[in-house]
This record gives sequence, structure tokens and C-alpha cells, in this order.
Amino acid sequence: MSGTNNGKEAWGSRIGVILAVMGSAVGLGNFLRFPGLAAQYEGGAFMVPYFVSLLILGLPLAWVEWSLGRYGGSQGHNSTPGIYLAVWKNRIAPYCGVLAIIIPVMIYMYYVYIEGWCLAYSLRYLFGHMNYGADPLAYENFFCDFVGIEGDGAALSTPGVGPFGSAVLFTVVCFIINFILIYRGLSKGIEWFCRWAMPLLIVCAILVLIRVLTLGTPDSKLPEQNLLNGLGHMWNFDVTSATFRKSLCNPQMWLAAAGQIFFSLSVGFGIVITYSSYLRKNDDIALSSLTASAGNEFCEVVLGGMIIVPAGFIFLGKAFVENPPSTFTLGFVTLPNVFNQMIFGQAIGFLFFFLLFLAAVTSSLSMLQPAIALLEEGLGLRRKASVAMLGFITAVGAAFVVYFSKGLLALDTIDFWIGTFCIFVLATFQVILFGWVLGIDRGFEELNRGAEIRIPRFVKFIIKYVSPTYLLVIFGFWVHQEFFKVSETPDKLTRLQQIRESSVVQLSLGFIVAVFILFVLLVSQSTKRWRAADQTKKEVAS
Amino acid sequence: MLAAVGGVTALLSWCIYKVISIPGSTEHIHSQADIETPDIEDD
Repeated sequence: MSGTNNGKEAWGSRIGVILAVMGSAVGLGNFLRFPGLAAQYEGGAFMVPYFVSLLILGLPLAWVEWSLGRYGGSQGHNSTPGIYLAVWKNRIAPYCGVLAIIIPVMIYMYYVYIEGWCLAYSLRYLFGHMNYGADPLAYENFFCDFVGIEGDGAALSTPGVGPFGSAVLFTVVCFIINFILIYRGLSKGIEWFCRWAMPLLIVCAILVLIRVLTLGTPDSKLPEQNLLNGLGHMWNFDVTSATFRKSLCNPQMWLAAAGQIFFSLSVGFGIVITYSSYLRKNDDIALSSLTASAGNEFCEVVLGGMIIVPAGFIFLGKAFVENPPSTFTLGFVTLPNVFNQMIFGQAIGFLFFFLLFLAAVTSSLSMLQPAIALLEEGLGLRRKASVAMLGFITAVGAAFVVYFSKGLLALDTIDFWIGTFCIFVLATFQVILFGWVLGIDRGFEELNRGAEIRIPRFVKFIIKYVSPTYLLVIFGFWVHQEFFKVSETPDKLTRLQQIRESSVVQLSLGFIVAVFILFVLLVSQSTKRWRAADQTKKEVAS
Repeated sequence: MLAAVGGVTALLSWCIYKVISIPGSTEHIHSQADIETPDIEDD
């Protein structure tokens, strides 16, 4: 069995593949979502479920994906449906891989929109167009106008809020940049970009961090709003306190921590499995996977965790602590207000949004590669055709998200069903595929081949029993919370109520189903080609 | 804070040390020296 593109594309170097996987993992989640969750769940207490999830979900699942990918690659497959078929000789196996294609493709459809916001904000800071004074409402008004929150189609009809004021224009620019890089291929596109973007991103983050760590007490009239208290709010916890114990018993915090680990490490997305399929049979995956995960954790915990919450606390004080903003509000409303009050705020604002832009590009590139791999390997398309076809599909999706911008409802719906629900399902499927279908002993043998570090034997037990159980329990709680638990806020609808009452939610779900069916058909066609290729091989051999 | 930040930094430092201390592994070429996309090859 062989793919049409087998042996053509590959990584150029080991550092390159590590940086590409790290680039895929490091994204908006590291610098916005993680600090937002930490602030919401009382800082230090959140780190307990976070690190537990990292150890029993994040790292094992990353090893699982790297192993499955390299195994599939050694059998001639780079697309997830092909890789699943190589592992599980069953008719339905490639169709399970549809999920691993539509997750990154559909996340890309809204991610590129946010990527456009980051690029626009960084340029606005660079040219001094983000100074709205001390009024927090001014930043909120700008953001709402910019992304078209007020009504469907508002983002399209708005000519732009001053210079660099059109979110749509920047989304198109980002879209073109992404597809140029994807067209250049794995080594000359993704790897080349990640090799300089990742170090640059870390340098920008360190510069912003240095500024935050030298803030001291900016307002002598408010001595309690200082750096140490800001760091303390983010990190401190008292194990003997009742509040800490109560926090630890909160299932929502454990759900949020597990979700953050998925989102952050890009496990359960179908990305790492595709990337690792381009490795050679005896290349190390154990150390490479751990290094990419450690790099991601460094960006998240050290850089992401020490910038936003302390800075927000120092300038906004108790208002920030008592009413922590949502991810988008934190990034695009609260932070510009904070930067405005900071000395060198314009430069820091530019650096921060530029690093977000770089992080978003490295992540969005990785979201396109799984579908490119399917189109080229499964349908035998050339690069121009595969890029054009994927470009069309994602352009339609991005236009859908941009048009239905009222309350960012289309974005939120796709994020919920694809970016959360499907990720849980795919992660559970993959860990079972590795531990129970491929077999834990065979899987571990695959993981250890060419390994440059020794993976402890208890990881076998974790992958086979602990990770699936933990995933299923968390998933059960999560389904109950999202679908059946009535919110304490009266105007907040459950997901089922949203489906019944909102036409945009219904349309978004219809769109997800349409994309799903499209990729089922493509996988069906690919499966026929793989079978035909197998048959030809057998005939030649006989 | 020190445990989390220190632990993650130490893990990353150890990983980087392991990656660069293995001779030839950092710039190990995985396949052909010059890899082209199918279309570029055609041109």
C-alpha cells in the first residue's frame, strides 16, 4: 500500500520538526486562554489539575500521536485516514480519520479570523493608532466595531475603523500568507517559517516579560497594586486553606484544565499524527515529543503565566481579579487598556500582538497540512490542485464565520463542537487505538524504536488504563455540564437550548455536517484508490 | 510559582541538552537533501 506522494515530502532536520510541532502547539491558547483560566480559577489552585492533566493526558497522548503517525508513515501513509487504516485493518478505520481532518480544517476557518485581528492590532500599535486614552469602554467599542459583534455582516460592511481598521482585510492577508507557505511544502514552507518564527516569538515574549517584571508599583497612590501581589495572585495558594480544598473539588476546574492541555499541546487535533508521519522509521520520537511539549509548556507557564495576569492586576487591581474577563475580552480589550497605562506601552503592545500573530501563523499552518496530506495521498492531487481545493473550502468557511459575526456566535458554535467536543472524541479514539487495537506492547515497541530517552514502563499502564478512563470521566462531566446543567445566569442558554432557538447556531451545525460529508466522500474515494493500489501490488507480486 | 516555573524551565533545558548533545541529530537530514513540492519539480 502506498500513497502517491510517498517518499516525496519530509522534514529537513530534527530541530525543524521539533520547532514545527512546537509551533503548532504554541498559539493563542498559551498567551490568552491559559492566563484567563488561571485567573478565573484562583491562580495557584488551577495549576494542580493542570499539571495532573499534563502528566496523565498531555504527555502520553503526545507520545501516542507521534507513534501512530510514524507507524503510518512507515506504511506509506501521511493522511490520518490512511494511518488509521494501517493500524486498524477495518473498513471503518479510515472514516474515523475524517474527524482528524475536519477538526484542524474547521478550526482554521475561525482561527485565521483571529490571526487577522492580531496582525491588525500589532500594526495599529506600530503606527500609533491604538491610543484610546484611559476609558476602558473606548477599547471595547473599537473591538466590537472591528470584528462586527453588533450584527451579522457588520464586519463586511464596515469600511474599517481608521487606519488598519478592517478585520476582513487582515484576515485575507493572513489567509494568503498561510497558503503561500503551505504551497511551498513541508520543509520549505512550514519548517522554514517555524525555524525563524519560533525563536522570534520567544524573544518578543521575553522582552514583554522583562517589561512586566520591571513594573514595580506604577501608581504610588495604590501601593497594593504591585508586581509581587500580581504574581502572587497568579501563582500563590495555601494548601491548608478551605478555599483551596473547595477549588480542588470543583469538577469544572478539572474540565477546564484538561481542555487547556488538549488545546495547548495540539493533541487530539490530528496534527501531530500527520507531522510525525513524515519521519523515518528509526527516527527518535520519544525525546522529540517531550522536547516539543516542554517548549510549549515553557511558553505557556513561564511566558504566558507571568505576563498577562500580573500586568492586569497591577493596572486594573481588584476589578480584574473579581471579574476576570473572557479570553477575547482579555486579549483585545483589557490588555490594550493595560498597555496604554504602561510606560513604553506602544512598543510592548506591538511586540505582544506581533508574537500572538506569529504564534497564530505557526498554528494555522499545521491545521492545513492534514487535509493537504489527504488530498495529495488519497486523491493523487498535485500541490497546486490540493492547495486550490483546500483554499476554496476554508475560504467558504472563513467567510461564513466572518459574516455571522453577531456576538461571534458562528465562531463560538464551531469552536464548541469542533474545537472542544470533537477533540475529546478523537483523543479518546486515538488512545484506545494505540493501547487496545495496535496493542500496548506493540505500541510501546514502536514508541521506543530509535528512542534517545528511556520511557518508564509505568507509562504503558497510564496509556492503556488511566488516560482512557480519565478522558471518559472528564467527557461525561463535560457533557452533563454543557448540555443538561441549567446555568446560574438566567439569560445564558444551554447548548441544546441554543440549537433550538438560534438560527445561526443551526446554520453553523449544518455547515459542520456539510464539511463532514464532503470529507467522508473524499475519504471514500481515497480508500478505493488505496485498495486498487494494494490489488495491483498483489498481482505484481504473484 | 517557583516549582511550576522552575520545573518547566528545567525540563525544557534538559530536553534541549539531550537533543543537542547527541552527535549529528540536530541537523539530521531525513530524506533527499533538496526536497521540492510536486509542482515545483514539474517546472
